Amino acid sequence: MKDTFINRKYVITALLVLACLGLLIRLFIIQVVKNTYRLSADNNVLRYVTQYPARGLVYDRNGELIVYNQAAYDIMVVPSQTTKIDTSGFCDLLGISPDLFRREMRNALIYSRRAPSVFLKQISNETYARFQEKMFMYPGFYVQPRTLRKYSKPVGAHVLGYVSEVDDGVIRKNPYYKPGDYIGKSGIEEAYEKDLRGRRGVKIFLVDVFSRIKGSYAGGRMDTLAVQGSDVVTGLDLNLQAYGELLMKNKRGSIVAIEPKTGEVLTLVSTPDYDPALLVGRIRSDNYAMLSADTLKPLFNRALMASYPPGSTFKPINGLIGLQEKVITPSTLFECHNGYLFVACHSHPSPLSLVGAIGNSCNSYFCQTYRRVLENPYYNTISDAYIKWKSYLDEFGFGSKLGTDFVNELAGFIPTTDYFDKYYGKNRWKALTVISMAIGQGEVGTTPLQMANMTAAIANRGYYFTPHVVKSIGADHFIDKRFITRHHISIDSTNFEFIVQGMEASVNSGTSTIAALKDIIVCGKTGTAQNPHGKNHSVFIAFAPKDNPKIAIAVYVENAGFGATFAAPIASLMIEKYLRGEITNKAREKNMLELNLMH
Amino acid sequence: MKRSVNIWNGIDKISILLFLILALMGWVSIYAAVYNDEHTGLFDFSQRYGKQFIWIIASMVIAVFIVIIDNRFYFFFSWFIYGACMLLLILVLIFGKEINGARSWFEFGGFSLQPSELAKFGTALALASYLNNKRQDLTRLNVIIPASSIIVFPALLTGLQPDMGSSVVYFSLFIVLFREGMSPYIFVSGLLSVVLFFLTLLTNNLYLTIILICIAITLVWFATRKWKLVATGSIIFIFFTGLLYLLDHFVFKAIGNELVIFISLVLSGVVCALYVYNKRAISVLIIYLFLIGSIIFVNTVDYTFNNILPAHQKDRVNILLGFKSDLHGTGYNVNQSIISIGSGGFLGKGFLQGTQTKFKFVPKQSSDFIFCTIGEEWGFLGSAIVIGIYLFLLLRLIKLAERQRSDFSRIYGYCVASILFTHIFLNIGMAVGLVPVIGIPLPFLSYGGSSLWGFTILLFIFLRLDASRTEYLV
Ligand SMILES: [Zn+2]
Repeated sequence: MKDTFINRKYVITALLVLACLGLLIRLFIIQVVKNTYRLSADNNVLRYVTQYPARGLVYDRNGELIVYNQAAYDIMVVPSQTTKIDTSGFCDLLGISPDLFRREMRNALIYSRRAPSVFLKQISNETYARFQEKMFMYPGFYVQPRTLRKYSKPVGAHVLGYVSEVDDGVIRKNPYYKPGDYIGKSGIEEAYEKDLRGRRGVKIFLVDVFSRIKGSYAGGRMDTLAVQGSDVVTGLDLNLQAYGELLMKNKRGSIVAIEPKTGEVLTLVSTPDYDPALLVGRIRSDNYAMLSADTLKPLFNRALMASYPPGSTFKPINGLIGLQEKVITPSTLFECHNGYLFVACHSHPSPLSLVGAIGNSCNSYFCQTYRRVLENPYYNTISDAYIKWKSYLDEFGFGSKLGTDFVNELAGFIPTTDYFDKYYGKNRWKALTVISMAIGQGEVGTTPLQMANMTAAIANRGYYFTPHVVKSIGADHFIDKRFITRHHISIDSTNFEFIVQGMEASVNSGTSTIAALKDIIVCGKTGTAQNPHGKNHSVFIAFAPKDNPKIAIAVYVENAGFGATFAAPIASLMIEKYLRGEITNKAREKNMLELNLMH
Repeated sequence: MKRSVNIWNGIDKISILLFLILALMGWVSIYAAVYNDEHTGLFDFSQRYGKQFIWIIASMVIAVFIVIIDNRFYFFFSWFIYGACMLLLILVLIFGKEINGARSWFEFGGFSLQPSELAKFGTALALASYLNNKRQDLTRLNVIIPASSIIVFPALLTGLQPDMGSSVVYFSLFIVLFREGMSPYIFVSGLLSVVLFFLTLLTNNLYLTIILICIAITLVWFATRKWKLVATGSIIFIFFTGLLYLLDHFVFKAIGNELVIFISLVLSGVVCALYVYNKRAISVLIIYLFLIGSIIFVNTVDYTFNNILPAHQKDRVNILLGFKSDLHGTGYNVNQSIISIGSGGFLGKGFLQGTQTKFKFVPKQSSDFIFCTIGEEWGFLGSAIVIGIYLFLLLRLIKLAERQRSDFSRIYGYCVASILFTHIFLNIGMAVGLVPVIGIPLPFLSYGGSSLWGFTILLFIFLRLDASRTEYLV
């Protein structure tokens, strides 16, 4: 048992000793040799003044500023540095009550005696100017500049989100944040918080026992500069957004418009909404409480969070799947005599081909198509055929979150075979059992955002980009890879062409002629979302122009009945506003602006 | 009863004393770090020092248990313990609670446990057990690979959490492999590649290449003591470099300085090969191969980092290694930590007199940055004493390890020393800005039950093995 390597213990011992020696030398340098780090023996202390970075700005797609910053001032206090002061004079100066003074001093003490805490938040410019002159009389108090959000137009609250002070939960979870920091909540402010917030810096001052600043510590070498947050450019069109919110005034519902070629969200409206300026600064918490108590739920973002049965706007998809599965051809004709079995239909010419069926929104046609899809002899069971059918819907992004940059997104619902098995029993359901899915009713649930995305995919004849509101971050125009990755749908683009023709026919001569525009070919589809709680919702999806589409849109107007009545004209106005910049049909605009569905 | 009396006689009291001193210092420092005027009682259990007191008492109970258990238990169950630890490391990836972006903690009710702190002694036991047999010859690759795997596996699992700090610590066990016979070249290569990796990211790789060449030339002189050889070699190299540089500058314009140097180095190597062959100058050959390897390594790292890694991943690496102060303020922490320690001066500001540490401007002050409080309040003198105690403990452990009869105990002892050393060096090095910020605790001092217990178990198993060093394990 001779240990041949015993001498290596000397090497290891030497390694340990040398490493410890290295640490000691370094310690000697910073503690004894360099006096930059050393504070003199008197009672000097350091005051750390946080340098808050300005939050990044938010622009629209045309370079117009949407969100920017305004200056605000917090009064800070370091309890251990305060002296006996003339409290009433101090309170008069700031316009606060002695009660508030005592309460805030107590809170500051509870937080820490030696670390600064916020005494009074966001004082006005005038108060700031007055206080600045008299500050020397009140040691331990100083002013901390901050910034608050400001909005160029009172629109886009749901997309933009808001900023609030961090709470204890956030501070515990994320060590970056300290009490008094701001953090984005909802919308772009939350989704891009890390980019927008920038980086805090700190300036270190030497302060004497009388709390007077004696200069910067170590010549400012230990200070860190605040780094301004990155600006973000959104795909939003601010004018279109404002116009959309104007049109939706006094209505409950939502508009989502997407640029098909990029997936950039042009407009996202959800009404009732609120002025984003309501959630800024000192008034924020009161207003927030007021908005959350509002029975109209202005904080609820319908465009992302509301799931409706898509109704007839689902027909184009079922037509597409029928074509792709080769159970119908563009020339397949189906008879319709006011309905098919127990599903009713309205009066229209019969028989119809696919293009005509979309144009006239024929229920019979799509029930029969859907039946053929599910009873396709190519598949062994209805279950297998259904799974195939659902796989197409998955590709369109239905039934799951799209993965956008909106923080709250609902997945919607497309039933699985398991769901039906559980509901009806295994092998106990047939095509006819679930036939209402053919016309977008029954268990299906989709969000306005998903419908707009589907419309974009149709406009592109078979692909889409994940919808996103921010198109570039910072000076180097960063964009997440997932927003520039094409999602291809495994349906031939030639099949899409027939659906596009059907949607064109719908606007030109079918159920949605009300959406037609002069010189612009609009392709659209009406829909009526069933509402068990009241009047049905009016739905319309459209894109335009037919060739090289620039905008794909989904409009939902709740409790407005048939799709063509309200959703279609609003969609048409939005399309015209975006493509032409002005409205030719003033009567239509006037009607929609005056329409009030909130009683 | 007789048996435990024997153990008490055999156990190393010096180590126990050092352990107690360190734990006590930790407790006092945590008290100073979180001290505020509202909570002044030393046993206020709502405060960290109150909790640490409980952890310390509990760790003593654990220590007693470890000493009572038969020493053969650790030998026979080493693989079982290792397996259990690895299972915990896997489970924590799935069921762990995510804190600061890492899944490192289990949480049961109000109590949390960090399995990576426990996995260290498990790994040490397994490594000792594997190498116990002297037939495991570490000069052979088929022994080195399994031995390395025992170390790297938990390191990878910890890295996945991701907890880079704890992951790095496992690699210190290669010191043990070196002690047990692994070729120093592998050891030096490993160490060299870590150092070069950091240097590459920190500095210009052209300068680094030139410095490496200068070091190699110096080493050749040390190895051979032949001026003529060094001079001839250098001249040949400079000749090739000059020629290629001019050619590139006026004719090709495409090679680039790094490649010019590299090609010249290879060419001069070919010229010198004859000499090396004739004189059997193995040392020159080894230095030359190390040099070529290092330059390839440096340039590969540099290229991968600058040309292949996407910008945001590059940022992440930079932040991870602490080269770039990130949004979470790593650079800021180091700055504040250096101010705190530096402001301590030679004698320090005295107990509870630290103005810096009280401001809570150094985050994690009672855990990863506990050394700040020591540096500020006890100055250079106190810091030196703490480092001295650590060094004393480490040297004591090596002394104990070397007096073991069984290979198992010796190897385990070296594992303990290596792990403790790495923690101490990286933690203090981080606090004084000498190494990148990697969050690992300072043994026995930092706040936290898991780490204190982990180190206690690690140390006391060895003390238990040492207590019965006269018995044979098998
Ligand atoms: Zn019909």
